[in-house]
Amino acid sequence: MSAISREDVAHLAQLAHIEMSDAELDKMTGELGVIVESIASVSEAASADVPATTHPIALSNVFREDVVGPTLTAEEALMNAPDSVDTRFKVPAILDGE
Amino acid sequence: MAMHQEELVDFDVALEKYDPVLGFEVHVELNTKTKMFSSAPNVFGDVPNTNVTPVCLGLPGVLPVVNKTAVEYAIMIGLALNCKIAERCGFARKNYFYPDTPKNFQTSQYDDPIAYDGWIDIELSDGEVFRVEIERAHMEEDAGKLTHMGGSTGRIQGADYSLVDYNRSGVPLVEIVTKTIEGAGKRAPELAKAYVAAIREIVKALDVSDAKMERGNVRCDANVSLMLKGAEKFGTRTETKNVNSLRAVEHAVRFEIERHAAVLNSGEAIVQETRHWHEDTRTTTSGRPKSDADDYRYFPEPDLVPVVTTVEWIEELRSRLPEPPAERRKRLQADWGYSDAEFRDVVNAGVTEQIEETIAAGTTAAVARKWWMGEIARLAKNADKDVADLGVTSATIVELNSLIESKKINDKIARQVLEFVVAGEGTPSEVVEKRSLAVVNDDSALGAAIDAAMEAMPDVVAKVKGGKLQAIGALMGPVMKATRGQADAGRVRELVLQKLGIEG
Repeated sequence: MSAISREDVAHLAQLAHIEMSDAELDKMTGELGVIVESIASVSEAASADVPATTHPIALSNVFREDVVGPTLTAEEALMNAPDSVDTRFKVPAILDGE
Repeated sequence: MAMHQEELVDFDVALEKYDPVLGFEVHVELNTKTKMFSSAPNVFGDVPNTNVTPVCLGLPGVLPVVNKTAVEYAIMIGLALNCKIAERCGFARKNYFYPDTPKNFQTSQYDDPIAYDGWIDIELSDGEVFRVEIERAHMEEDAGKLTHMGGSTGRIQGADYSLVDYNRSGVPLVEIVTKTIEGAGKRAPELAKAYVAAIREIVKALDVSDAKMERGNVRCDANVSLMLKGAEKFGTRTETKNVNSLRAVEHAVRFEIERHAAVLNSGEAIVQETRHWHEDTRTTTSGRPKSDADDYRYFPEPDLVPVVTTVEWIEELRSRLPEPPAERRKRLQADWGYSDAEFRDVVNAGVTEQIEETIAAGTTAAVARKWWMGEIARLAKNADKDVADLGVTSATIVELNSLIESKKINDKIARQVLEFVVAGEGTPSEVVEKRSLAVVNDDSALGAAIDAAMEAMPDVVAKVKGGKLQAIGALMGPVMKATRGQADAGRVRELVLQKLGIEG
């Protein structure tokens, strides 16, 4: 059985704000299932006492000192904005109050 | 927007039947010079989108780098909250789509916060100490600021479009999450306010945040649920978002308790949802239900490596902590010579810092208390504001006091002056100047007023001559009236005695 159901894909598509047709959902369900199963083989190699890795190189504490560096101008920041008002980005109203 | 009128149950009635259960998420903006993951300045109030780098805008290909000072501040907050500090922790992406976050995720921490399992003791107004357990304190970044335009209310409902300023995007935050708080009972609203005040006091004392609630440096999300007395299972909770003043925290918790009780009494179920706080009406309204939108699909941030702490590092940071608030209070009370009751009133009024600053700026402890607990408290109450929001500073009081001491104004006029200062008319000296409030101690002007009063009240004059010096008080009324309250009472007394040839 595939690890990914059609409902999972539909749910993910909704979360990602991607519109998908029925045919695309079917296709993606199969493809994502294969990916998840392939990745699952990693857990066969790694036993329970191996901690999860989040970075390929065993680095830690890569820090920056708290010193101000160069910034963009408002003009540069807005260069690719589809729309703007004064120095702010203009976006459609999105009903969610957060 | 049509506002649905919520049914409420009287607070005391609600508390006879239900026990409130609380939980708080407090976001603290750190006052580092730069942002959490980029070297853009962390400054409030600049021209929109001028304190941004490609990292703040989530442009393709950018790489975040962690601000070491922000990590240290987070650890210090953890230590001050008696938390354990993680030996190793990482960052995670919290995925959601909203224009305040241009990269479509917020960099936060998920299952390995930098600080966890702490506590803080909260002193309530009845003197009891209530321990609030801290679940975690984790590092994350703030979002940009949206301004909703058009529509009639200025709120998002009915807005035509929104404007976005990313200056705040990436500002370092520490989110402090409590464990569930039971047993507060009727004191739940008071505890809520006192808890947020305590967090504010701590981060201010640590000097890791400007801690100005009116600027959103400290923001509280308040979770409230009710359970029938004696019940074992928690009720459904609501989360009131972004309650941004101490008074609002108290009011929001109280309102939600009253609202929950009404819903439960009617036999309906509480909807688990976010609520929006409205300061103007002191009510909450329904936000969005908890649903798919809460599926943030957290995963480890691959662009950042873990933070590993050492005992040496933690101890070095611990050595930078200021004295704990409880000890500080003990020391201040001793220094100022206030009685237990006086000091508790000061703490409850939330003016400890103001009094400390005022004394440091040069007044006596008694003078500082007189003003902050007297006239300023009264003005705040009348204006229905927090004392901190009145615009009165330690400098105001020092100036006012020196005007009194130099006999430029008397106590009564000083109180009027303060009112004008609060009304935004300037500093005390400016107000005195503009409104010509300086005390009349010009002897000729006073003398004329005194002569007139003595002429009008020969019986009083006779009494004073006969040795009843306290009768002078009766002359004071007409003299004050003639000088529009600006006579220096001490000088009037001296002049009367002088005129009658009596030794003061």
